[in-house]
Amino acid sequence: MDLRLPQYSEVWICEAAGLQQCFSELQLFVQLCSSGKRHSVSQALHKQHIPPSGAELWIMKTVCWTSVLAFTFLQLTAALPCVPADPAHTHNQTELEMATGELVPTHFPARRAAKVAVHYLNTRHGSPFRVFGLQQVHKATAEDVDAGGRKYSLDFSVTEWARSKSVFRCSAVVLFSTAQKTPPDVQLQCEDLQQINTAPQEEAFYHRYSTSDSAVSALNIPDSHGNMSQDMEPFWHLAGVSASFIMLRESSENTEFNMAQVASVTQQETSEKQLMLKYHLLLHDFVSQEILHWQLLSCWSPERGVRVLEMQFLPKCPHASGPPYSTPDQ
Amino acid sequence: MKGLLVLTALFVAVFGKFILQCDINLYNIHFPHVQLDFWMNPARESLPVDLHVPFHSLQAVRAFLAYNQIPYHIMIENVQDLVDEEQLQMLKYRGFPRSTDDFVYTTYHDLDSINSFMDMLVAENSNMVSKIVIGQSYENRPLNVLKFSTGANRPGIWMDTGLHSREWITHASGIWFAKKIVTDYGRDPVLTDILNSYDIFLEIVANPDGLAYTHSDDRMWRKTRKPNPGSSCVGVDPNRNWETGFGGPGSSSNPCSQTYHGPSIHSEPEVKAIVEFVKSHGNLKAFLSIHSYSQMLLYPYGYTHTAAKDQAELHELARKATSELQSLYNTAYTYGSIITTIYQADGVTTDWAYEQGIKYSYTFELRDTGRYGFILPADQILPTAEETWLALMVIMEHIKNNPY
Repeated sequence: MDLRLPQYSEVWICEAAGLQQCFSELQLFVQLCSSGKRHSVSQALHKQHIPPSGAELWIMKTVCWTSVLAFTFLQLTAALPCVPADPAHTHNQTELEMATGELVPTHFPARRAAKVAVHYLNTRHGSPFRVFGLQQVHKATAEDVDAGGRKYSLDFSVTEWARSKSVFRCSAVVLFSTAQKTPPDVQLQCEDLQQINTAPQEEAFYHRYSTSDSAVSALNIPDSHGNMSQDMEPFWHLAGVSASFIMLRESSENTEFNMAQVASVTQQETSEKQLMLKYHLLLHDFVSQEILHWQLLSCWSPERGVRVLEMQFLPKCPHASGPPYSTPDQ
Repeated sequence: MKGLLVLTALFVAVFGKFILQCDINLYNIHFPHVQLDFWMNPARESLPVDLHVPFHSLQAVRAFLAYNQIPYHIMIENVQDLVDEEQLQMLKYRGFPRSTDDFVYTTYHDLDSINSFMDMLVAENSNMVSKIVIGQSYENRPLNVLKFSTGANRPGIWMDTGLHSREWITHASGIWFAKKIVTDYGRDPVLTDILNSYDIFLEIVANPDGLAYTHSDDRMWRKTRKPNPGSSCVGVDPNRNWETGFGGPGSSSNPCSQTYHGPSIHSEPEVKAIVEFVKSHGNLKAFLSIHSYSQMLLYPYGYTHTAAKDQAELHELARKATSELQSLYNTAYTYGSIITTIYQADGVTTDWAYEQGIKYSYTFELRDTGRYGFILPADQILPTAEETWLALMVIMEHIKNNPY
């Protein structure tokens, strides 16, 4: 949590009677401040300004900041267990037994590779009104590669999930390298995807949220029951597309990612002609069954598509270096 | 003027409001300073008018009608009473269904609600449904199994849902299956036939501690809630804790992992309870574990590539079952052995059940394929349950036609 308050300071007097309320407002205040939205801070929060004496001021500030820090620290540590990277937990066994040659299209080796290709497709063509999902693998082959790794050749279909529900045929070559930290390489061709015209909706959506005075902020999309408001759907789709950048980068033959939920989305102020969104996402790796928390900063416009500017894995355990699913070399 | 006035009127004096029905041309009537609410508007001379009058206007209206000799009679003495009663009914319905016909199948429920559903189902169908408590969870919640039986000493079919608590679609489907069984017995010839030879055992909430936790703290919780000594991480994967293949690489030895197999075989009370039940029953012919998501129908093994002895039959049956499932809403399912289709998984229910001699051991993975994943929208509960039931019926019918 970033506690710096650029060029903005406030006096907070937390009285015993309303401590809990004070802390939650404080956290919100800090969150808004660190996001740069200075003008909305005063709009969002109602508090009393009481000009304090110098000593009072110092004491109050210290008490409040220390309490916030302590409170936040407690929140972070108490509830969440450590999940350090586990080299012992691996599905590498299956790697040795992975088929080469013609693959069963419905089984996991072909499916995982195809999903990687779909992540790639989403990074290139996804938008708030266009998200693709794997529909079916028709044919798949795999072969070992001299440089170390495996190459999958795939013939598959995708469904456009967001609006059209149209199905498109694609072919791809996915190369998983055995070299550490190397994301898979994807060559992809699909039928004419431009058939789906989402330009009007995209323009309207972009205009609505880039010219609005208030910044979008929401939690849990969808909620526990799978519900989300219609307004939130494009943000959910955008999250899925943004997540595809992460999922593509993190994929191996031993992972199978889906986005599980959007924990939070907060619109960021920007001077560029982009919608800037800060996301906290939950990704699900089917193989390890882990839920992975990622924070990312994503921007989108109808012209430039989706770009992820920053991504950060949020470990459940502060000293963990990376996600707990296995990587090929471990 | 009199000719315009037709008769019948109902007039109601009230603590708060009243309703008045008059057959009059009320267009000619003005009630200044009087608040009136027509429930049936003046339309034609010969038609009655229903008028809802608030208490404070009562005197004025009564006087007017009397003066103009407009007959009326009271339909409802006190509208407020009716409104209050309706509110009460609505509250009661929302929180507490009075029967399994009242129960809302199209939403996800918490543990209390599911438990009361089970009790109601048993009460309504005591001739064929009973509840067996097979054990206690780690946090001392009862592990409830519904027994559907139409006669004694029958072989049985086992079904469980909710072993992984975040898979809410499975509990929801289990509830629907329970109701379906009692509804169809005596109506659907195939099911009736099956139940006349086999008992069905259905454990809707195989992991109640986990389910409670998904409602209170973490929607994505999968495991049990038993603490692990020496670790800050809680819980064991109840689908890696079974004896067959226990501890292999298709599970984890790290307590913090989602696939932690636990300290020892059947260490989890939730697992042990089922193990003991199955062993003491001794005559189960099928073991069907229902999970989500992925849209798959899987048979043994998960821990080894060695083919199950009955693989050919299980494979063909899976093909028929998934084909039948798909016929309803075109939901595509994949099928095959666990290890080839989904991943290597060691210590799973299906492998153990098969090794006990229960030939028809399957794992279902219900909707969807990752778009919503665990948080499947509630409007998909009904279609999911309906299509899955078709697959279950294919399997159960096959069992009945192929006794062993």
